[in-house]
Amino acid sequence: MFTSTFSASAALLTSVCASVSTVVKIRDLIKKGELLVVKKNSLNTISIFKKATYSLVFAIVASIFSFGVSLNSATAAQENEAVIYGVISDKDGIPLSGIKISAVGPDGFENQVATDGQGAWQIVTKATGAYEISIDEKSLPEGQGLTNPERATVKVSVFMLGIDLAIQFPIGVGVVKATRLERAPQLALDGLILGLIIALAALGLNLIFGTTGLTNFAHGEILTMGGIVTYYLSSSVGVPVIIAVPLSILITAAGAGWAQNQYLWKPLRKRGTGLIAMLVVSIGFAIFVRYFFLFIFGGDTEQLPEYAGQAGLDLGLLSITPKSIITTIFAIIFLILATLWLLKTKMGKASRAVADNPALASASGIDVEKVIRSVWILGAALAAYAGIILTINQGVSFLMGQDTLLLIFAAVTLGGLGTANGALIGSLFIGLLVQLSTLFIPTELKYVGALLVLILILIIRPQGILGKRERIG
Amino acid sequence: MDFLFIIQQTLGATIGVNTIIFALAAIGLNMHFGYTGLLNFGQAGFLAVGAYSVAVSVMSFEIPLFIAFLIGILNSVLFALILGIPTLRLRADYLAIVTIAASEIIRKVARSATFNDLLGGSDGISGKFGKDFFDLNPFKSGLETSIIRFSGNDLWVVIVGWAIVAIITFLMWVMVNSPWGRVLKAIREDEDAVSSLGKNVYLYKMQSLIIGGVIGSIAGFIYALSRQSVQPDNYSTALTFFAYTVLILGGAARVFSPIIGAMIFWFLIVFIEQMLRQAVTAGYIPEWLIGVNQVGQIRFMLMGLGLMLLMIYRPQGIFGDKKELALDARA
Repeated sequence: MFTSTFSASAALLTSVCASVSTVVKIRDLIKKGELLVVKKNSLNTISIFKKATYSLVFAIVASIFSFGVSLNSATAAQENEAVIYGVISDKDGIPLSGIKISAVGPDGFENQVATDGQGAWQIVTKATGAYEISIDEKSLPEGQGLTNPERATVKVSVFMLGIDLAIQFPIGVGVVKATRLERAPQLALDGLILGLIIALAALGLNLIFGTTGLTNFAHGEILTMGGIVTYYLSSSVGVPVIIAVPLSILITAAGAGWAQNQYLWKPLRKRGTGLIAMLVVSIGFAIFVRYFFLFIFGGDTEQLPEYAGQAGLDLGLLSITPKSIITTIFAIIFLILATLWLLKTKMGKASRAVADNPALASASGIDVEKVIRSVWILGAALAAYAGIILTINQGVSFLMGQDTLLLIFAAVTLGGLGTANGALIGSLFIGLLVQLSTLFIPTELKYVGALLVLILILIIRPQGILGKRERIG
Repeated sequence: MDFLFIIQQTLGATIGVNTIIFALAAIGLNMHFGYTGLLNFGQAGFLAVGAYSVAVSVMSFEIPLFIAFLIGILNSVLFALILGIPTLRLRADYLAIVTIAASEIIRKVARSATFNDLLGGSDGISGKFGKDFFDLNPFKSGLETSIIRFSGNDLWVVIVGWAIVAIITFLMWVMVNSPWGRVLKAIREDEDAVSSLGKNVYLYKMQSLIIGGVIGSIAGFIYALSRQSVQPDNYSTALTFFAYTVLILGGAARVFSPIIGAMIFWFLIVFIEQMLRQAVTAGYIPEWLIGVNQVGQIRFMLMGLGLMLLMIYRPQGIFGDKKELALDARA
């Protein structure tokens, strides 16, 4: 029993490796709710049995793998029992002995074991059902911790006796042991970068709002377009990323900026369509474009072939990848250029005049349509670059824009709707807040914190940090 | 192509559970948007509050179902107050951003692992929490005719659901034709004018937000009961936007329009989807163009496109009056 367990664990390791890519895909699907859609779509009875089977298989596979548990049918287990087992070794692969593992299961099942000299442990169960396996983190040696502190307890389901289950508790440099003070610099850096990304998108959104009054719910999709175009240029056409990025910015600025304004919003303005009607149109347009991207691009998160697995530079408390440094530097350059454009050029000044009073601007000889066109092109180019930063560093998916849109709105509202500098400050604040809030709240709730701040700001100072009082109506 | 099957599916959807849910959600929005001019983009949040209140009360606290409904209504009133107090004094698009943020907060909290034990995480809550309701079902055998089919449980939900829609529509008719309703419409047209007549605009808006929200949470009850499960990602912003599509399709500021809008919306969606599906399966549409799994994506694209075109070419919908639809009163 025992030896067979070990021989099997080698086989297990290879099977786990082989299935990693599938697992990642399944996880992504689950994250996006794709699998849930399959599971929940009660409208289509057409292939309901097929779907039910698929989703059952998916659900089982997904639940097994996403909890880091793998099936091992190779083990010659006894028919009337199932063994839950694992090996615990430290970050350098040296087995750890004396680590306490406890299990709670159905019918009041409780058991506690410790790892032996080879770091192995096993718990024999005699009933099917849900088990919770916990590792006692206090029994780990100094400086060692779970790589994922939230996984100190793993839920497994013994659904058939005679099939053994392996559980891994990956040990690494104890993330859990890092104090808040030690984590803060890295999070602040991440927050700053996120803030710059939001700022790029928010600047365009805000300029468009300022000059045309449109609250554009389709702005997030410009980010997605920038990312997807870069991905296609880089992976399908084979253009190097360094060339693909400016090309993608140009294509997105032309398509999502110039053409979108020319063929959608300009005719609507000519018709005298109301602002709220245009807002609803932008929602419909966002849904259309988002699912069009899903249609052509699929539901996976894709990485660019170049620079995919770049190692981070270790700077003591901080770690940052070279690609992140370069994309961030360009983000700062673009933001400075955009601000200079607004402050120094004729067109920039004209755009501020239009934002202030379109009728007066028009009367004093400013070509309002020309200003709006420039603002759309600039806004789309900046948003495209925001999407490209996300794509290079995290990969691109069709939901990327939608996920960022509410943060952009939060930043713009915070800074003051319609003010350019406000958007920048608001963005940096939201970026820092999102990342630093994970010091105190679970990572998965970090966006909730940002949205709550958005609501709080509206109570305290509805015009935003730099907004003008009269804008809030 | 199996046309009988398409007809069955389409007719079933036209008067089915989803139509009822969207009709109720849109009736709530009609109160907010159609009559008061409030741009509530968080209707999905109200549905989620209703659905989760019922499921959690019954499953975790073993509260009887019919008391759980009361708790759900109470919670949605609370949610409306929390949303309304800071935002109802602000411009319309601020309310839009705050309500959309609030409904996303609810969804993200509901699907987080942190509250897994109470709210079930991203899988949501499934179980027999509607047992008390289905025990009352006198039509356990269901309905089986050549053109329309419902299972026993579905038939019961549909019958009770339409009864609720009828009652709420009648109440809406009474409300909007009362002096109170006329004040709401006046607020939609010109808030300052109403203020100058000594009416407390803020209070009226709050009442409208609460009533529409409660109707939304009732839609949430039906959503949860009909599926005997609550799943967080069903209550995404898309739900809100499609409820708006339903409302605008029928025509905002008309009592019956959400019902007609919901029926046409689901008729079109299911009809187009089934036609496409059958056409793809039968090979009329080549596989390289649209795969079987991509029909759902095409459906969403059409829904987005539909909302756009509707808003551009016929913002008053089928029954609405263009003059009454003062979409820009406060923009």
